[in-house]
Amino acid sequence: MTDAVTLAAKRSSPRNQWWDVWDQFKTHKGALVGLAVFFSILALILIGPWFWTMDAGFVNLRARNQGFSAAHPLGTDQLGRDMLARIMAGGKVSISVGLTAMLLSITLGTTIGVLAGYFKRLENLLMRGTDLFLALPLLPLLLLMVTLFREPLSRTFGPETGIFILIVTAIGATSWMQSARIVRGSVLALKEAEFVLAARSIGTPPRRMITRHILPNVMSPIMVSATLGIASAIITESALSFLGLGFPPDFPTWGRLLFDAVDAMQLYPARVIMPGVMISLTVLSVNYIGDGLRDALDPRIRGR
Amino acid sequence: MFTFALRRFLIAIPTLLIISLAIFLLLEAAPGDPLGDVPLTVPPDVKEKMRAALGLDSAWYVRYLLWLKQFFWVEPLNLVDYIFGTDYAQGMQRVISFQSRQPVMQIIAQRVPQTLTVVGMSYLIGVSIALPIGIYSAYRQYSWFDQIGTLVSMIGFSVPTFFSGVVLIIVFAVKLQWFPSIYDTTHQVTDWASFMKQVRQMAMPVMVLSLYNAAQISRFMRSSMLDNLNQDYVRTARAKGLTEKVVVLVHVLRNSLIPVVTVIALGVPTIFGGAIITEQVFKVNGLGQQLITSIHSNDMPMVMTLTFIFAILIVTFNLIADLLYGILDPRIRYD
Amino acid sequence: MKLKTALLGAAASLVFAPAAYAERGSDGEVKIIYWQAVSTLNPYLSSGTKDVETASLVIEPLAGFDENGVVIPRLVTEIPTVENGGVSADLTSITWKLKPGLVWSDGTPVTAHDAVFTANYCMDPAGGCAQLARYEGIKSVEALDDLTVKITYNEPRPNPYTAFVGATSPILQAAQFANCTGAAASSCTAENFAPIGTGPFRVTDFRTNDVVQMEANPNYRDPAKPAFAKLTVKGGGEAAAAARAVMETGEFDYAWNTQISPEVQSQMAAGGKGEFIYAFGTLVERIEMNMTDPSPSLPEGERATVAHPHPILSDIRVRKALSMAIDRDVLVEVGYGNAGRATCNLVPAPAMFASDNTDCLVQDVEGAKALLEEAGWKVGPDGIRVKDGARLKLLYQTSVNAVRQDFQSIIKQWWNDIGVEVELKAIDAGVYFGGDAGSPDTFQKFYADVEMYANNFDGTDPEPYLAQYTCDKAPSPATQWQGENVNRFCDPAYDALVVELGRTGEMGKRAELAKRMNEMLTKDSYTVVPLVDRGRLSARSLSLGGVVLNTWDSELWNVSDWYRVK
Repeated sequence: MTDAVTLAAKRSSPRNQWWDVWDQFKTHKGALVGLAVFFSILALILIGPWFWTMDAGFVNLRARNQGFSAAHPLGTDQLGRDMLARIMAGGKVSISVGLTAMLLSITLGTTIGVLAGYFKRLENLLMRGTDLFLALPLLPLLLLMVTLFREPLSRTFGPETGIFILIVTAIGATSWMQSARIVRGSVLALKEAEFVLAARSIGTPPRRMITRHILPNVMSPIMVSATLGIASAIITESALSFLGLGFPPDFPTWGRLLFDAVDAMQLYPARVIMPGVMISLTVLSVNYIGDGLRDALDPRIRGR
Repeated sequence: MFTFALRRFLIAIPTLLIISLAIFLLLEAAPGDPLGDVPLTVPPDVKEKMRAALGLDSAWYVRYLLWLKQFFWVEPLNLVDYIFGTDYAQGMQRVISFQSRQPVMQIIAQRVPQTLTVVGMSYLIGVSIALPIGIYSAYRQYSWFDQIGTLVSMIGFSVPTFFSGVVLIIVFAVKLQWFPSIYDTTHQVTDWASFMKQVRQMAMPVMVLSLYNAAQISRFMRSSMLDNLNQDYVRTARAKGLTEKVVVLVHVLRNSLIPVVTVIALGVPTIFGGAIITEQVFKVNGLGQQLITSIHSNDMPMVMTLTFIFAILIVTFNLIADLLYGILDPRIRYD
Repeated sequence: MKLKTALLGAAASLVFAPAAYAERGSDGEVKIIYWQAVSTLNPYLSSGTKDVETASLVIEPLAGFDENGVVIPRLVTEIPTVENGGVSADLTSITWKLKPGLVWSDGTPVTAHDAVFTANYCMDPAGGCAQLARYEGIKSVEALDDLTVKITYNEPRPNPYTAFVGATSPILQAAQFANCTGAAASSCTAENFAPIGTGPFRVTDFRTNDVVQMEANPNYRDPAKPAFAKLTVKGGGEAAAAARAVMETGEFDYAWNTQISPEVQSQMAAGGKGEFIYAFGTLVERIEMNMTDPSPSLPEGERATVAHPHPILSDIRVRKALSMAIDRDVLVEVGYGNAGRATCNLVPAPAMFASDNTDCLVQDVEGAKALLEEAGWKVGPDGIRVKDGARLKLLYQTSVNAVRQDFQSIIKQWWNDIGVEVELKAIDAGVYFGGDAGSPDTFQKFYADVEMYANNFDGTDPEPYLAQYTCDKAPSPATQWQGENVNRFCDPAYDALVVELGRTGEMGKRAELAKRMNEMLTKDSYTVVPLVDRGRLSARSLSLGGVVLNTWDSELWNVSDWYRVK
């Protein structure tokens, strides 16, 4: 994605290409709405805590299971912790984990997919490696990663950053295989397209072939994997905390808020719906932004 | 094509051996103990004896070679015995589960029907609704149909099954009492009434899973169609005067299927792997539930065998996907 | 023979006239859900509660425990005691007399040889028997005649009711398991999945980790029982779903271990389809204090070993302050509701062994603060106490479990209030309880300052349980981190009491000693800080009658008395 953008920007032109992209992006209503929603979510979790200073971990046993009120706009949970504060704190973790893990997995997947699809010599090695990773059982792999890396990472980067790195790597390293295979499939087909043959016949070096001709044309499946990847990263993060792999147990995340509330769903439906809606909204908005970006970056559409 | 398939098949054998070694070493290195479930009231020296009885006191490579022998020699012999009534495998030690002490293959055979009917069915349904939805959404991009499709599929994908499953149970099993919340694995279909019972007990898990599958596949189908609808060859085809139906369903669809075929082919082995959470929520007790229970109780032979069969399926279906690419796009050559 | 059993049965049914005047099999089918699915029906190969209890429907021990923890006869005529001569005066042997005329579900007679076979089966060194502790210290088991079994112990045994007593040591049929001894034990799949027994049911279909189907045993000793012709035990899912299947959808009659939050319990109970039943045993949720230094800066091999006493928790005043800051009633209310009660005891039951120690029940925040002041811990600028430049910071670990995480959050706050900084950690239960010496996260290794879990003891005798806290049972690298004394508590006076308890036969004295040892661990040293006495919590449908919850034996101990309420 960034490669395509920088390439577009590099082209010498009186007007910065970014403005063209932005102009095209603006015409995509869904993308604009998505962008607005995404920024409001970011605002809620980043700026919100400045205005709503309640501690997400503060236990108040006299205010357990309360409904919506002025003191607790979104009510409280089973230990009297403020839900608004928890949603905000949870969002910070979930979105940062979701985005970073998705970026990691997409980068890994795309790189491996493109290399395997484009270079015949690498194909066997890379694709068999992908098969291996697809086959490894996830749970023992994750448990092994914690055992080996939790303490060294916490010692080097401090407990919170250490665990963040561990989680993001764990999710990224176990979810890139699908995009790698999809990208490789598309690259295989693209490699035989006329424009690629033409570019090759004028002696374009592989590096430029990939960045200029191949990557921009495999953007769509990458974009879809990216949107779906955020959702699964957020959910996977919550699954990890049930293995004791995730953040410390007093650290709220959207996935965990959702999971914890499922048992008491009939009594306190709001507690399940709120984190569920937040996850869905994030994924939806990223999806629309991705749609808009793809259209905006496609010169064939932009020209029209 | 044939030489390609043959070459890939031959490469698959060392690949699988390496994969099996990797899985074994991973399970070996991962923390956990097959006796983790044993109550704390059992003294440590008794646990030590139980460990020895499981064969855990021998070195890892001995156990790995033993497993290889059991999986590639004893188990096929047992299959031969089962089919032809012979007794070649008499007295040979099979792959035995730590947890139940039953031959692993028997458990798998017992579980496959549930998983195939429920998970397989929902995959079929998922794929067969996802493809038309993806095609139509792309063809009528940004129409209300497309918008609703996007909304539903995004929600379907971002709402985890541990949540949607429980919602369905509360609505359809607790409030409406239409469907049972617990799947009866011993149920036999013999007549119309028992068939309807089977349909009722499959309804909810199939609903949850096919929504999830359809959500994912329809997104890939839609985006791939969109890519191709803007290509020059589509304009040419239309200019030639081909009907819209032929343009979309023959020219565009065929070219759009490549990434989708990958997604679908990658999904087929996961049918065998079962849907861990959905099987748990509805108590379907198929392979997914078996895998997760075995992992939790560190039942090494069971996990090893299940994951390895899974690896065989992955390698096979990836090969099939590669062959399909060649059929869908004859320009792709593998030699 | 048949007539005789019929007559015997008729007599029995007159004596034990059940609530319903049912005959065998007249009430159709009963459906039970165990959310941890059953793996095998041979309790000697698997000690999981789910396996032991389901097997108890089929195979029975000579004697069991009733709901009050009293030993009751099952296959024997009476319980041997010193008074009736069944137990020798020197406490080294016990003689059981089988009821005459007992038959297995296949119609063959039950003899003393079956019991001898069972003991040898479990004591076979190559078998890896999971219940070996029940047969520990046995010199010989012999059949004096067809109906008499004599067990001789190496040493006097104040509590001789271990072998053949309770659901964990049932009698196997010698004829069925003859070829399954030693290393062959695990290859007998058919036998392990469908043992022939004397219990009220027999297995018709067994699918491991999924479902067990049974039918009434046609040769059960009471011809009027069981009231149900068929029984199904289904497994899978989790506690809330199991409770829902009984309490809300009514698909099942009985759900095992429905540990869910008190609010959800009352919401489900309001549906009117079933009720939650609970009973208390010896399971205590506790916080264990680490007496050794778990600091990661120590070299591996010395970390968390007795070589380095804990820098903070070695001071009893700190441990006591931590205990005083906890309000146990609140914990019960949040986590367990009716199925829990606050306790200060490690041994909360049976009544004769339970100390009257209740001084921890009242939360005393001010007192805790004062104690910490006295110990030299002064409040620092950020509210966390400091002493000699070190912060009062503790790592608090437990297994992943919704209630435990709630407890962690609440206790963290209370400890923050008295100026203690707390870092929480939750570990996957399989790893935490899994004793893998290579993993840093096991509860035995205890690489944390305090940890929380629950434990109990088998049966009604606390001796082996209290004997876990001797100096030599501390886990260390030398023992591959095995050992039950996870606190590394070490007190020669305590070790002496353990020896004394082993020699004492008189019940009153034993109780006295047990109470003293319990207090040494809890209120005298605050090494173990008990929190909640956790009851068993199960759910039954209102249409299922005769259920009596028993925490001393299998929960399904009296399934032969269950009936359909009409």
